Amino acid sequence: MRSFSIGAQLAALALAATPAVALAQAQTPPQSRGDSPGGSNILRAPVTGEQVYRQVCQACHMADAKGGSGAATIPALANNPRLSAAAYPITLVVKGRGAMPGFTDLLSPAQIANVVGYIRTHFGNTYPKPVTDGDVTQIEGAKPAG
Amino acid sequence: MGLSASGTSRRELLTAIGLVGGAAALYQAMTTMGHAAETQFHGPPNLSGARPGSSVIVLGAGLAGMLAAYELSKAGYQVRILEYQNRAGGRNWSLYGGDTYTELGGATQHVGFAQGNYLNPGPWRIPHHHRTLLHYCKSFGVALEPFIQFNHNAYVHSADAFGGKPQRYRAVAADFEGNVAELLSKAIDQKALDADVSPEDREKLLEALRGWGMLDKDMRYVTGLESSEHRGYDRPPGGGVNGAPTPSTVSGFHDVLYSDVWKNMSFFMNQEFQTTMFQPVGGMGMIGKAFARQVQPLITHNAKVTKIAQDQQGVTVTFLDTAGGGVTQARASFCVCTIPLGVLNQIENNLSPNLQTAVAAVPYSNSVKIGLEFKRRFWEEDDFIYGGHSFTSQDIGLVSYPNNRLFGDGPAVMLGAFASGLGAYRLAGMTPQERIETALTQGSVFHGDTYRQEYSNGASVAWARVPWTLGCCARWSEDTRREHYQTLVAVDDRVVLAGEHASYVGCWMEGALLSSIDAITRLHQRALEA
Repeated sequence: MRSFSIGAQLAALALAATPAVALAQAQTPPQSRGDSPGGSNILRAPVTGEQVYRQVCQACHMADAKGGSGAATIPALANNPRLSAAAYPITLVVKGRGAMPGFTDLLSPAQIANVVGYIRTHFGNTYPKPVTDGDVTQIEGAKPAG
Repeated sequence: MGLSASGTSRRELLTAIGLVGGAAALYQAMTTMGHAAETQFHGPPNLSGARPGSSVIVLGAGLAGMLAAYELSKAGYQVRILEYQNRAGGRNWSLYGGDTYTELGGATQHVGFAQGNYLNPGPWRIPHHHRTLLHYCKSFGVALEPFIQFNHNAYVHSADAFGGKPQRYRAVAADFEGNVAELLSKAIDQKALDADVSPEDREKLLEALRGWGMLDKDMRYVTGLESSEHRGYDRPPGGGVNGAPTPSTVSGFHDVLYSDVWKNMSFFMNQEFQTTMFQPVGGMGMIGKAFARQVQPLITHNAKVTKIAQDQQGVTVTFLDTAGGGVTQARASFCVCTIPLGVLNQIENNLSPNLQTAVAAVPYSNSVKIGLEFKRRFWEEDDFIYGGHSFTSQDIGLVSYPNNRLFGDGPAVMLGAFASGLGAYRLAGMTPQERIETALTQGSVFHGDTYRQEYSNGASVAWARVPWTLGCCARWSEDTRREHYQTLVAVDDRVVLAGEHASYVGCWMEGALLSSIDAITRLHQRALEA
């Protein structure tokens, strides 16, 4: 029997034409069958720590990193001594906590390292030790670097 | 094997089965007969016989909480609802002109929509098989109208296809199906499928591919009157001298593939998104209001729960009165807790450790909706789009056209964004003004300069910043389902959780209601055993 797969041909075509710019396909978790937009996103992914902060973290933690409070609280990252050890914020970004999801489906180890480095050196936090991809990938649940 | 209903009517047969075997047998029989496989709703719970003096405190006046209160009251319980907001309905919600909304971080929007216009920040469409919700809508007098889910004449836009120029859905979908049909027929022609398809079936399949894909006599998908019947004409059929149509030109397969139109096509095939869909007349919030009419005297508003403590005799809930000030305690025999998990996770409680772990294990999704009011219905008047959605690969995800007051004069509200994932985080991080600006820029891809020229005012809700949920919906994974779901839904001595997060119909009102019915049915059993 001759093998013939339209799927494989289409996949090969797609690979050949992948644009060089960094793209992030919007991820829909497989279990999330709730109401959804129903299309595809082709989004330019944030790269620097500041870009990741502005385009992801700020949604909940606010532009000034002071968080917010209603029926419950989104913690402030500004002036937060818990950021002194990088492993703490890295673990939260990788694994999530409570309402906050883990972000490994959206962010690479490099993006996570960049944004953790950014919040540790901004918003009144002064923890200048650089955060590396390796710091992220050693956390259980993180994607391998690269 | 199938049941034959000959000789006696199906209804009589089903009634008999229901009488003898109960609801489970009835359900099984209905499924075998091809009915009812699309829902787990078997009718309202019909609870009765609560022990005299038994009471239930319900936390949250969303749909799950209000349904619990309604049905438990009918069963004979004394019920009280505590609600954080000054409004009942929870995520079932519409924003109207004159409304004010303050999100986490303090940004306040004063909604300026004209009379009768609205934005549904949360749920906005109801599948026809969400029978629990439809049942209570009818019972509580909520008028429903069609939600125009599928519009072939709306647009598909991708930055990666057709030079970024939007295409009508019908054209791209026809081109996708036509090209796939042609490829498959070639594979048959090249004997690539001989091992899988019998000679007779091959002939039948080729006939199907020609008819489905609009292929010509040579089994090719090409520009012509066949393909134009699906994708549309350059000059449509008319009358008289120039009545004969001229075909439109089919697109190259590369652009068709890169439009990702298959995602939209697949989306419409998903059972949850199949027509017919419905919306309440006057805004989705009409459902919450109708539920509230049934239980309003039971609701204490502006109650921020700070502690849930159960003991051998009952449950004590401590709450802060956010309007008048002061901390109060409420006591009941049992508790139905519908508080979203991310909020509940921050409330002091003595639930069992396993349940606490389950509550903490489920993160919440984010989404953003933006309502844009325009001075006239240019999408109808200029583009002949009546309801439905135009999809884009940009952050806003889609724009959706109003399904009511078609052909009307005066201002109308379009959904200017339904964003998820990274796009939603990006929009949520903006100020309300920046969100509107972004929605206008991105939505202009469909409607050009008219979009800004006709814009009047707008409002947005970023669920990441909704003060009473800290997110949109529970985001279960296969792992968390396996580890925590059964713990989360189990009655924890005197407390049971309910809401969309305690269902497999997550992020739908139907899930909240099915969860509530299941939770109170088991709690009632527990109460009778106590």
